[in-house]
This record gives sequence, C-alpha cells and structure tokens, in this order.
Amino acid sequence: MNRNNVGLSKGIDVIMVWLYLLLVSIGIMAIFAVTYREGDSIVASFFSFQTDYSKQFYFFIIAAFIGIFILLTDSKFFTATANIWYAVGIFFMLLVFPFHSNVKGTESIIRFGGFQFQPAEFCKVSVCLALSKYLSRPDTDFTKGRSQLIAMAIALTPAMLSIMQSETGLALVYFSFFLVMYREGLSPTILVIGFSMAVLVVATIVVEPNTLAIILTAIAGIYAYFNRRQIKRRKSSLVTIIFVWLLCVGVQRFAVPFIFTHVLQKHQVERIFSLFGKDNPYAKGFMAVQEGGDAKKEGVNDYNVKQSKIAIGSGGVVGKGLLNGTQTRYDFVPEQRTDFIFCTIGEGFGFVGTTLLLVIYLILLFRIVTLAERQRSVFSRCYAYGVAAVFFFHITINVAMTVGLAPVIGIPLPLVSYGGTALLTFTILLFILIRLDADRQMVLR
Amino acid sequence: MSVFNQSRSYIIRILFVVVFLLIIAQLFNLQVVSSKYQKLAQENAVFRKVIYPPRGIVYDRKNRAIVNNTLMYDLMVTPSEVKGLDTAYLCQLLEIDTAEFKARMLNLIFKNGRYRPSALEPLLSNEKYARLQENMWRFNRGFFLQERPVRTYPFNVGAHFMGYIGEADPKIIAQSNGFYQPGDYVGRSGLEAYYERILMGQRGVQFLIKDNKNRLVGNYENGEFDTAFVAGRGLRTYVDVEVQKLAEKLMTNKVGAVVAIEPKTGGIIAMTSGPNFDPSLLTGSNFKKTYGKFVLDVSRPLLNRAIKGQYPPGSTFKPLGGLVALDEGLITPSFGYPCGGRYYACGIGKPACTHSGGGHAATLRLAIANSCNSYFTHVYRMAADNPKYGGVKKGYAKWREYMNAFGLGTRIGIDLPSEDKGNIPDTSVYNKVYRNVWSSCTNLTLGIGQDMMTATPLQLANAMCIIANKGYYYTPHFVKSVDNESKEDTAILSKFRVKHEPLTHISDSAFNAVIWGMQDVVTAGTARGAAIPGINICAKTGTAQNFRFINGKKIELNENSMFVCFAPRENPKIAVAVVVENAGFGSTAAAPIASLLVEKFLNDTLRPESVKKAQAMAEKNLMPSILALEQHIADSARAYKWYEMYKDSSLINKYLNRKSSPTEKKDSDTKQPDKTEPAKKPTPAPQRVAITFRAETVLPEERYIVKRKTPVV
Repeated sequence: MNRNNVGLSKGIDVIMVWLYLLLVSIGIMAIFAVTYREGDSIVASFFSFQTDYSKQFYFFIIAAFIGIFILLTDSKFFTATANIWYAVGIFFMLLVFPFHSNVKGTESIIRFGGFQFQPAEFCKVSVCLALSKYLSRPDTDFTKGRSQLIAMAIALTPAMLSIMQSETGLALVYFSFFLVMYREGLSPTILVIGFSMAVLVVATIVVEPNTLAIILTAIAGIYAYFNRRQIKRRKSSLVTIIFVWLLCVGVQRFAVPFIFTHVLQKHQVERIFSLFGKDNPYAKGFMAVQEGGDAKKEGVNDYNVKQSKIAIGSGGVVGKGLLNGTQTRYDFVPEQRTDFIFCTIGEGFGFVGTTLLLVIYLILLFRIVTLAERQRSVFSRCYAYGVAAVFFFHITINVAMTVGLAPVIGIPLPLVSYGGTALLTFTILLFILIRLDADRQMVLR
Repeated sequence: MSVFNQSRSYIIRILFVVVFLLIIAQLFNLQVVSSKYQKLAQENAVFRKVIYPPRGIVYDRKNRAIVNNTLMYDLMVTPSEVKGLDTAYLCQLLEIDTAEFKARMLNLIFKNGRYRPSALEPLLSNEKYARLQENMWRFNRGFFLQERPVRTYPFNVGAHFMGYIGEADPKIIAQSNGFYQPGDYVGRSGLEAYYERILMGQRGVQFLIKDNKNRLVGNYENGEFDTAFVAGRGLRTYVDVEVQKLAEKLMTNKVGAVVAIEPKTGGIIAMTSGPNFDPSLLTGSNFKKTYGKFVLDVSRPLLNRAIKGQYPPGSTFKPLGGLVALDEGLITPSFGYPCGGRYYACGIGKPACTHSGGGHAATLRLAIANSCNSYFTHVYRMAADNPKYGGVKKGYAKWREYMNAFGLGTRIGIDLPSEDKGNIPDTSVYNKVYRNVWSSCTNLTLGIGQDMMTATPLQLANAMCIIANKGYYYTPHFVKSVDNESKEDTAILSKFRVKHEPLTHISDSAFNAVIWGMQDVVTAGTARGAAIPGINICAKTGTAQNFRFINGKKIELNENSMFVCFAPRENPKIAVAVVVENAGFGSTAAAPIASLLVEKFLNDTLRPESVKKAQAMAEKNLMPSILALEQHIADSARAYKWYEMYKDSSLINKYLNRKSSPTEKKDSDTKQPDKTEPAKKPTPAPQRVAITFRAETVLPEERYIVKRKTPVV
C-alpha cells in the first residue's frame, strides 16, 4: 500500500473500497435485471429516478458522499462520540413507539413526510461503536462476569426494543455481537450452552414432545450410569445432572410452547415450522381452524421459499444470463428486489455466479478480520469485529433463507439488496472501519 | 496493544468458511445435482395451473343457499408459447375478427408480459366453450381452458345486498400487498365485498407434466410442489329467501326500498331496493352487457336505496316525536291538542292536517292513529323550547341527541359497505342558514318528519325495532355466523352481537302509549287495509312531500309512500320499513307491501286473498313519470357530448328529429304539464353524465345537480 499518499486517501485500505464498489455494482445490476422492462431506454431510465435500479443508483451516490464525508472526519470523533450515538440510537428506537407508521405490518418505521426511517437499522452502527467503546475502556476487565453482563446489555437492549416493535428479524442481528465478545475473551462455554439450547429448541420442533422427554431422560440416565463412581464420591454432581435434566425438559415442555404462543407472531411461528416441513401445532389456540385440514400447511411463506428455490435451482451451473431469468423477471418470487435478490443472481448466473458472489463476501469478511487484527487500539479492533459480525449474520441468514436453510426473516443482503436505509447503514459501518484503519498507528480510546 | 485471545481470530475465520461451505453445498445441491427445479421453471415441460377456490356459499335462515357456485371457463393464452396458430379459425370460434384478436393479444402482452398466461376471453359462454373444447387440440400450443367458479343464485334474489364480484383491478392488487393477483375475482359491493376475506378462500397451484404434444399427463414430482386451495367459507344469514323473493316481486316496477328486521336479534330478514334486477345479470359473461346498461339508467338500479336512499320520513317519524316528549315529561299519554285542521300557533297556518276537529287528537293514542300534523308539530316545538334547557338551540341539540339515539342521522353500521347516514341537521346548520336567528317555528315541520330531516329505510326499520324492543336494539346485520368461525371472524361479528340500549330509560308506559297508538293505526286509523286477521300489527303510514331540482328549478313531485310497522305487538318478530317513491299515500302502496311481507314471514304462507293482492301489487307500475324525462335529458346530453367529442352525429340525430314537437311529447310523458318548462330543450344535464364521461365534460352550470346527494325523485 502506498503510504506516501496524502489527504483523503492516506492510509485508506484500497482493497476494501474496491470490494465495496464491486458489491454495490452487483446489487444495482441485479435490481436492474429484476425491474428492467423490454423497450425502456436504459440510459434515460437510469437517471430518471423512476425505476428501482435508478433509485438504488442515486442511493449509492448519496451513500458515497456520506462515505467520503466519514473519511474526512477525525478518527477520534468516533471514539469520543460513541456513547452519544448509542443514546441517540436508543432514543430514536423509543420514539418509534408513539410515532410509528404502519408500513407493511411492521411497527418499526418512523415517517417524516415522504421519507421513511427505521431506527432499528441505524442502531446497528450505534451498538457497534458503543460496544467497542465499552470494551476498550482501560478499566474494563472483560474476564469479569459483571463486564460481560454490561456488554451483553449494550448489545441486546436494541434487540429487546426491536422485538417489542415486532421486528424479530432485526432483533436477531444484535445477537451477532456475541462474536465480538467471543473475540475479546467471552468464555466459549456460554456460546456452547447457547448452541445446545438452540439444538434443544430445534429438537423440540422436530421431535414429538413425549419422545423428546424420554430421549432426554435416557441421556441423563446413561450419563449418570457412566459417572456412577464420581456420583458416589460427590453427591452434588448428581444434583447437577438432575438440575440440567429438569431445565432441558422444562424448556422443551413449557418455555418453547410459551414463546411460540405468546412471544412470537403467528406468521413467524409458521415460518419456523415450515422450515422443518411441519404444521404449526400451536395454531389451534389462536388461529382459525380452516376447512380442508391438511390444506393449510401450504402458507404464503412456504410459497416464497418454494418459488425462491425454483428460481435459484433453475439457474443450473452457469445460469440463464442477465435478463433471461423467467422466474425472477416475471414476479414469481416475491420481494425479489429486496430480501430475495439472491434469487436473481442464482437464476441469471447459476452455481458459478452464486459461488463467486459468496467468495467475494468471504474475501470481504476475511479482509475485515485482517484489518481488525492489525489495529493497535482495542476500540478499532472491536469495531472491526462488530462490522464483520453484522455482515456475516446478514449474509448467512439472507442466503440461507433463499435456499431454504433458514426461516424467512426479512433482512437484506448487505450492499446488494434494494433499499436506501440498508445501503446507507452498511456504507457507514464499512467506511467508519476504513477511517479507523487509516489511523491504525494511533491508539484510540 | 493486546494480543490476548488472538488465536480466536482463526476460529472465527474457520467459522466463516464452514458456514459459507454449508451454503455452497446447498446451492450445489439445488443448482447442479437436482434437475427438478430446472424443469419446474421450464413452462414447456411443466404446466403451472392455478386453481381458483370456490367462493363461500351464502345461506338463508333455513340453510337454503342464496348464492352458490358453478363452473365456467376462461380461454387462457401464454403469448410466448403460441406456435403455428390458425388465427382465422380461432377468431371464427370466438366470433371476433383478426384485428380484434391482435389488439387483445397486444393488450395482454402489455399488461402481463409474454411468459405469463392471461385470459384472452374470460368466462366463455356455453356455446363458445363447447366449440372450443372440441377444437382445443388445434390450439394446445400456448392456449388452455382455465376453470373458474362463478356465482349462481338459485332463487334469483338478493342482488342489492349480495353485491357482485369483478376481476381485481390494478389498484386493488397494489393495495392488497400481494394477496390478490391479476385474474382474481374480488367482491365489489354488498356482502361479497364486506366479507371478502372470508368468502374468498385461498388459491392453489398445481404443477402438471406436459408431454411433447403439450398434453397434460400427470402430477409433477407427485405433487411435492403443489399448493392446495382452501375453499371460501360459508355465511349463515338471517335472510328468509321466500320473504325476500316476495319483497322483490312486490317492488317490481317501483322505485324505493324494503327493509325487514328481526327486532330480537337485529338480523335482516329481507332487503331490496327498487328497481331491482336478477342478480345473475351481473355474473359471468352477462356482466359487461348489463353493467353498462344499468349505469346509464337514470332510475339507478345498482343503487341500494335501503341503505343509500335518503328520504324525509314524513309521518312515520311521529311515534318517535311522541316518545321524546313523553320521556322529557312534557306530555302524558292523555295530552291532547285542539287541532282544527291547521296549525296556527306560528301564525302561518301550516302545516295543514288531514282531519279537522272531532277530537281526533284528544290523546297521544288518537293523535298517532289519526296522524295529526298539528299535534306532533306542537310536541316538537315543546321539546325544542323545553324550558329545562333554556333556548331553542340547546333544546334542539337535546332533541337531536334523542334522534341519534334512535339511529337517525348516524351510520348504523350494517354489514354492507357505503351506508349513508341520513340527515338530522346540526344546530350549526340552522345557525348558518338562518343567520343565527331561528326559533322552533322556523323548522316546525321537523315534528312531522320533513324540513331538512332525511333517513334511510334501514334507519326507519331500526327505529321500529327500538320501539318494538322498548328501548334496545342490535345493529342490523345479515350474517348470523360464519362456518368454522375463527377469532378474526368473531372480531368482525362481535359488534353485531352487542345489545345497544340507548333508550331503555324511556318508561314502558311511554312505549306502551305509542305502541297502542300504532296498533290503532291499523285497526282504526290510516292503514286499515294493512290489517291481518289474528296478528296485531303496530304501524305508521307516511306520505312525505318531496322536491326535485331540474335545471335549477324546484319541482314538487308526487309524495313518497312510506310505511313502517312491527308485529305481533305482544312479541315482535319482524319490523318492516317500506318506501315507494312518488306513489302517493302511505296506505296505498307501501302499506300493502309491508303487510304482505309480515303475513308471509309470520304465517309462512299467504291467504288466497293476499295472493291476489300480491299479484295486483306486483303488476302495478309505479315508476315515477319524471324518470322518462330525466332519461331523455341524460341520453340526449350524452349524445350531444359524443357529437362534440367525435363529430359523429349518429347518436344526436334521433333527438334532433324529435325536436319538431318536443314539448307535447314530453308533457304527456311526465303528466305534469305545468312543471315541465325547463325540459323543453334537450339540454345537457344530469347525474349519469358524471359517471359515463370524465368530470370535465359536465357543464359548469350543472355542477350543483351532480353534487346533490339525495336521490329523492
């Protein structure tokens, strides 16, 4: 890298900027492939602000300006104002409750005139900054449980608010910050326990309740049998086994049904169950029992995933070409400009195209981790891991849902999906990182 | 600088790679290994068939279907697949020419694109379907027949409250957030629209394999990708189909409305609006023909006058006026008024009364039975000038509150879209009209249901329910229950299951005084002809004056014939309101209709003499004569516009030729020679124009006619 450059480009990581531009271009091209209609004059409509690809292009120009603006600021600005951004972010999220407008069934959007704003989206940047700030404080000892709890509280407060705004998808994003905490020394045991809980929840969905209870009991019994000598020596280990067994059965029997009937929305529960090809067994309590019994298994979400899989699958090895995708071009796939944009690439460019896109994303993630590891200051490193975690979560969940590996959660594919707010958020996230990296010799606190 | 935990950065990188490899493996599976997705996308290998669910059936109170479904077919075409087409032969089968065929194809491609099937000819008539079915092998490249359930009406009744369905237009599709797709049918009015989500069901998709000759040979992948349809759910209503049929028969060739409600539940037994029509005229291929004709008809057959007709209630309002005064303690049932044929207390000797002297208004009961105008004018003035409130404005405001409690001047909230609320003017309206200076003498005719007061027939029937129930009512509604009722359905229906008690504070003795008076109306008063042996009917006739603006001149028309009643007195089971426009006395047209409906509902059958009466009533043509004049004005104005816009005189000629003797012709048409000067030249005018042409084609000086809301003919 040319260290002699002066002004704006001094110390800027050029690879990151190129990766950014590449991904945004792929996005605009994919949106173009979905919304372009034969006969439109390409050049004219590109600058018209009438079509979606033209809008995305203008969003990109705005985002680029903001990116350059961020590069012109001082790195110290971000460490100094991190907590203020967090306060502002939380304030806006609270503002949603009295002032939200009902757009597409979500309660998380504020509208000023013609302009829509989703605080939960913006809050990712705030949390990323504030968490880094907290972890990089000289008096934070992250080996202590108390610090870990505070860090979790910083990350999960917006998640709670998001759930209250019925935006469970966005809430899940905040859980990705555990990756940062893991890097900074959070015990892997916590993550293992979390993962085991996830397995238990999945098992609850897939396996019949009584069978699962028997299986859990059997596991506990077998475990106790093989450790009978240890139990003989220390009675307390038996108590631990029984406690863990009780906890598992309790989660399986009471906690999960409670969450499905009381916490999550009906459609979300259906999405989760449809992922495993199951009927929603909790439906009868609060949903219509419709005619035809089995017929209702096929819900709208199921339709989305099926159509999305058909579109991606029909791409084959090399795809049908940019404008030749019959599935995505003719609106078989819903929301294909935004959440299901991956289908367009899958259909147009086939296995080669999708793999290439994922490889570009992987290079981006690796680059972010490389950048993180070369920072002198803890703040910059934590921030970089935060960015990596948010990107990783978005990419994984978005792609996994289009190929039927994850439930349908409405979160965008970073830098590619159509949408001004999302593009702006990811640009800000990335460019603050580039700015911090340019000053990597400084120690920021 | 901290190197603490640096090894974890490698674990994180490994995590990234593993997750991405998992996704790539799934992509490899979808895109490279499995070929069934590719096939699904190939329209020439797999056929995507949409299955339209049958709409929910609507049943009457005895579980007879009022609306059912039958199958019809659309001829669908996928433009990109059309190959080797014998266009001339297809056009011959469809009875269109090649130019028309090309225009339709272009239109479809423009609307839906080349790759999606669209309807070339929706809802084929039986002959066309038979012809096409035989010749379908010629057109199997790109064409297919799509079955589609269409509404049928086994009893041919209920056009007005059932409403009709039509193809979803782009606006509805955009608003529905993906719920509707082009080609779906949506309820556009009536119950079909109100209960759309229940009746609609959910469309299904079937993937079928085609062979190389485009024949369908079976399910693709054993139906793994199919989505089953969910049929629309049925509605159980309170309607009695036989009473409804009788009501529609009686209202033929009349303008007006009939509403019959069960007071105990608020369930609507029958509702029709005249002129009425066979609901099957608005289904399938009939729709296009009929709809245009109806829209151009000045008698407005599509208008549901039962909920949208605003009529001055006239004398039918009097029982309510009596109840208000009784409740306020202004009069007792023995209060009398010395009416000498006219009301002189305001100095103008108006209104006049049909009776004079003889103590015809010696008590409330007698006053109702004899429908004494002076008595109720006086009672209204007492209520408005009630010293308790101090001043006519406050007294009137209180009186208006009573009216709202009776359901007048407010929307009742029936389960039909776009109900009108009638009019009980606010104090501010009178303040504005009379520049703040008015007294109870100014609007004294409110006491006899005139002045600015208007009400819909539904409101009048509901007011009867309140009297019959002595103070409470249930919001009038059609639907008793939904099959397999869900929580959402219950939420919709719950508002109809709430008992409203706006007037239970009025004492039973007050209600009884009015109810006995209303019974006397039938036994000894103005509606003796409506009596049915063995049933105590409580009723009130009304003969309401009304006016119409034609070219800016106020013309008084023949009175509206009104009748409200409930029966039997001891245990009311039916309340009826009937309005027949411009038919004269309440007792001549409206009363017999209501009486026949009550008899039919309570006795389940009609006496032989009633059958004769019903037949005579049904054959009576009471269409207001002014309609002919209005139709002429509307048609000629349209012809004139047509001429102006396209310089095509073929339509206007008819009217120009008649110009030689237009005056006599129209005078004899309307039978009101002294009131027809404004119609001497066929000037462009009327309401129809606003619908058939764009707004700017209405001439400026006619705007006020277009704006008028009350269709009081």
